[in-house]
Amino acid sequence: MSDFEPKIVAFCCNWCSYAGADLAGVSRFQYPPNARIVRVMCSGRVEPQFILRAFELGADGVLVAGCHIGDCHYVSGNEKAQKKIEATKDLIDQLGIGSTRLRLEWISASEGSKFAETMKDFIEHLKGLGPNPLREASG
Amino acid sequence: MKEDIRIGVFVCHCGTNIGGFVDVPSVVEYSRTLPGVIYATGNLYTCAEDGLASIRDAIKEHHLNRVIVASCTPRTHAPLFQGVCEEAGLNKYLFTFVNIREHCSWVHMKEGPKATEKAKDLVRMGVARAQLLEPKEEARIDVEPKALVIGGGISGMVAATSIANHGFPVYLVEKEADFGGFVRNLNNLYLGGKDATEMLKPIVDQVTSNKNIIKCLKSKVAGVDGFIGNYQVALDVDGKEVKDKVGVIVLATGADEYVPEGLFGYDLYENVVTLTEFEILCKRKTLPKISSIAFIQCVGSRGHVKSYCSRICCNVAIKNALNIAENYQNILGKDERGAVVEKVGVDMKAPEEIAERRRRRRGRRDREGGEEEAEAPAPSEGIEIAIFNRDIMSYGLEHELNYNKAREKHVRFVRYSPANPPKVYTENGKLVVDYWHDTLKLQRKMNVDMIVLSTPLVSPPSAPGISKLLKVPLGQDGFFLEAHVKLRPVDFATDGIFVCGTAKGPADITECVFQAQAAASRAAIPLARGYVQAEALTAIVDADICTGCGTCIEVCPYGALRKNMDGVAEVIVAACKGCGCCGATCPEGAIDLSHYTDSQLLAEAKAALQEAIQ
Repeated sequence: MSDFEPKIVAFCCNWCSYAGADLAGVSRFQYPPNARIVRVMCSGRVEPQFILRAFELGADGVLVAGCHIGDCHYVSGNEKAQKKIEATKDLIDQLGIGSTRLRLEWISASEGSKFAETMKDFIEHLKGLGPNPLREASG
Repeated sequence: MKEDIRIGVFVCHCGTNIGGFVDVPSVVEYSRTLPGVIYATGNLYTCAEDGLASIRDAIKEHHLNRVIVASCTPRTHAPLFQGVCEEAGLNKYLFTFVNIREHCSWVHMKEGPKATEKAKDLVRMGVARAQLLEPKEEARIDVEPKALVIGGGISGMVAATSIANHGFPVYLVEKEADFGGFVRNLNNLYLGGKDATEMLKPIVDQVTSNKNIIKCLKSKVAGVDGFIGNYQVALDVDGKEVKDKVGVIVLATGADEYVPEGLFGYDLYENVVTLTEFEILCKRKTLPKISSIAFIQCVGSRGHVKSYCSRICCNVAIKNALNIAENYQNILGKDERGAVVEKVGVDMKAPEEIAERRRRRRGRRDREGGEEEAEAPAPSEGIEIAIFNRDIMSYGLEHELNYNKAREKHVRFVRYSPANPPKVYTENGKLVVDYWHDTLKLQRKMNVDMIVLSTPLVSPPSAPGISKLLKVPLGQDGFFLEAHVKLRPVDFATDGIFVCGTAKGPADITECVFQAQAAASRAAIPLARGYVQAEALTAIVDADICTGCGTCIEVCPYGALRKNMDGVAEVIVAACKGCGCCGATCPEGAIDLSHYTDSQLLAEAKAALQEAIQ
């Protein structure tokens, strides 16, 4: 499994984390090309069913990224995201997917390096875990 | 009948920014294989005029009804490409942006073919999304050309006058029987030393003489409902109920002074007063005769009771110290030292100051002569003044000069550490400040006649009620919280409601006037335009599924949801900002977000993982 390249779906809020990913680009911070970013207006928009569906479709990891607490463009959407993600982690643990395949990170528009570091770290972590067990089962 | 999807894909080389790392021709080739793609091409620079022309031409020539540009970031370039689509007659919501520069070529410069694979995946995700897009219209909402300003202090008065001068009627609601607010307590003002009453008078006059301002004294706001352009307000005007519709609301409810119960002998000794009480004593010319006075700074602020710095107290304490040192006769009580001396004009004081400066220079020369340091000469009126402080924050241009002036006037600035603050008690009936002198490393005592405690401005007890009434947030210190500390400092997140003055946090008069004028000009924008353009990105409720549980109403930070006559949720389009939190929280799945629908987002995720499931 040494050549295993995890597939990541990253839900990034438009105002902070998507912009943080932009800044990583502008700053030419390099990270492996494992993630595909889906732009959402707010991290609070991400429904647990999006995450579950992504795992069902074979994602090895899901990243939800939003503004830091207190900085939400929509006042408190990120706080709501936090609650949802915590509950979803319990759920995917019970499903045997493993809660560490789901990450919630606060990445501001000025944290391009944090975006790149988060990506690298998450990819390494997922490489350690191996493929999504649902993928193994169906494949 | 469902229309045919006709997608055009424009992949940008961005010079070598993308083309140097991603094989653009192969991405274009791949795009052509995707469902619904009628046309695909590469551009050297899609944002250049020939690139834009190619989009315009292709929309017409190939009857495209969806356009995808794969280039840089939507955060900078989406409006440009959307504009081009509109020029060619395509609704801008049918445009999709795919980011293959910031999110691909620039961050995977050494990945070679993998970067190209990712670019293809991203285009595939864009195509999946584009197929589900729908045209959107931005609704226009009329604005009632009237304003409500809550609070008749300096900020409220300035804001109301400013809006009224634009020609719009303004309700100015003040709970007291007079306008003026906190400033009515003050004696004179720092920076210029102008009498507070003199400063206030023309501002109050402007309000009372302004025909556009509907003056509501002894009044309060009883109810607010609605959204930008259409706020239904109920006012209690001196016992009478007034109902009207206003377009915008400016909040200027001010702040209170913190009462230092139990601190530094405040509730034990008559001559321990707060900074504002001291101002009132001076203003009413009832200051008792004193020969020594101590100011203690940061009482109750900066982690003591409140976490923040109240910003104004250093400068106010310095101003009062200077008042005592320079102008004692003018603030002294009549009974203690004969008649009050008439205020001396600045011009008349000048020769005295020059003489004083000369005396000082002489003193310095004497000291430089190597004599043993003489006891510092007492201030001209012989009153000993000390300001006990943690740090003096005389920020800005002129405050620092005042600070230097106070030092020249022999006002003593004594630092204390928060871990070891001065103690206040009486000894033989006289007030004592017992303090650790950090430079001398000695415990010292100072006998004083009066102690002034500099306490912070705090949010008034009415703030939580107003916060609920207007559905606007309070920060952790209890002050009203603006939409963005730097970029939208006088807006609330809720459109059509603005905030200024000390309701937002400690500020001095200059800053309050800045803020009030800023809030007024922000508020005047929708009033002057007469309408607001609602976001097309709004929540949509499926009334057939909604059970009317009300969860979405609780979650929405903008008050953009309400229950309608049928008991189900309804979106107030003008108030909705399109975050989608309601939809993500709805237990029934009855709410979707337009332009970022569940199906659009899931289609993107599915397309992203397409390789994985093959």
